[in-house]
Amino acid sequence: MQNRPTAAELLDAVKTFLNDSVKPELMDHTAFNMMVALKSLDIVQRELELGPEFADTERARLTDILGHDGKIGDLNAELNERLRAGTLCLDDPKVKAHLIETTKAKVQIDQPKYSGLRHAEEKTNT
Amino acid sequence: MTKINAFSQTLEAAVCRNISGVQKIKGLHRLSGGGSQETWCFDAVSASGKKKLILRRTPESVSGDTWVSIPLEVEAELITRAAKEGVPSPAIHYVLAPKDGAGSGFIVDFIEGETFVRRILRDDQYATAREKMIGQMGDALARIQKVDATNIADLPVLDASAQITRNKEIYREWDEAHPVLEATFVWLEANIPEIKPLVLVHGDFRNGNFIVGPEGIRAVIDWELAHLGDPAEDFGWTSINVWRFGADKPVGGLGEREDFYAAYEAAGGAPVDHTRTHFWEVFGCLKWAMLCRLMVTRYETGTDAGVEMAYIGRRMCEAEIDLLNLLT
Repeated sequence: MQNRPTAAELLDAVKTFLNDSVKPELMDHTAFNMMVALKSLDIVQRELELGPEFADTERARLTDILGHDGKIGDLNAELNERLRAGTLCLDDPKVKAHLIETTKAKVQIDQPKYSGLRHAEEKTNT
Repeated sequence: MTKINAFSQTLEAAVCRNISGVQKIKGLHRLSGGGSQETWCFDAVSASGKKKLILRRTPESVSGDTWVSIPLEVEAELITRAAKEGVPSPAIHYVLAPKDGAGSGFIVDFIEGETFVRRILRDDQYATAREKMIGQMGDALARIQKVDATNIADLPVLDASAQITRNKEIYREWDEAHPVLEATFVWLEANIPEIKPLVLVHGDFRNGNFIVGPEGIRAVIDWELAHLGDPAEDFGWTSINVWRFGADKPVGGLGEREDFYAAYEAAGGAPVDHTRTHFWEVFGCLKWAMLCRLMVTRYETGTDAGVEMAYIGRRMCEAEIDLLNLLT
């Protein structure tokens, strides 16, 4: 276990520094890249915060669908193989629910403002 | 001498030799980065004054991506032919030759206007443009499909099954698990529309690749993904959710599918088959996912190591959620 500050706190300090002290000094393409860099740090921050729980629930669903536990990467590869082989498909309610939940979780970390996430939530609720 | 000054001199020599009346060039600067195709802007100075021009260029050093863009000479030829059919296009002044030593590319008129979609969709000055663009897009697409491009040697021929095969090969090479893409390939293969005579497909026909003024579309640009293909392909691509930029209307955030199709049909396009455009909308989402992942490869291999390339990789989930919204 590392000492304080935590990874999230360090990240926060770096973001504040870049936002308040560096960004105002930049112009044109460098300013644009700084905006992209800050958005990238936001992704890292959300992944630190939400990633572990999302990965746990993803793994639990995969275990249920495939009938055995394993490392999340291996389980995903197996799901992929079975979709390719046609022994599992998108029409399977468990597979469908799993892919929707997993993808919604990904979007929540990577692009939480993306309209497709809202569309997916509206769909789930109807 | 700096690199840009050296390039400016090389370009100046080529321009003065080949565009009549030009005596020198001034103010050469690069407009956009990203990918293998560069866009530069400069003033061509002649006795009668100066004229702003655009250079689209690929440096000699660029190695091929897995996603192949057409040669710029072909792009220039397509723009010329499209303009003849009435597609809003910039006039082409010169296509670079190997002897110019300036890479490959072409020089066109600079067209004043906006391409940044968020401004087009929200700024008051584009209110009229927003009303007109759907009709103009339908009209332009019908005209693009009238272009006879069958005798252009370097133009790829990619019908639906060739597109799927090509993308699947690239996908398999990554050797990564993407269950949503896997399920999409299965769906696409089961839903390939019957073959129709192939037409010129722009390949990136969408809000963002139109230069827009307050009155609407002034030019259709960025032909690098053009090919001969299915007449419904551009319809699907232009309607995917990502090109709505958060707005609700399905076609580029600008309007309804029916109005887009009606304008296309009014300009001589054949009746639009909705099942077919749905297929290409699904394919379009897959293509967006593939393009996002390609940027990660560009970042990894150092072709373009900017933070923007790395970041775009994390936009792949947009295509995945859209695919699930379309397929479930």
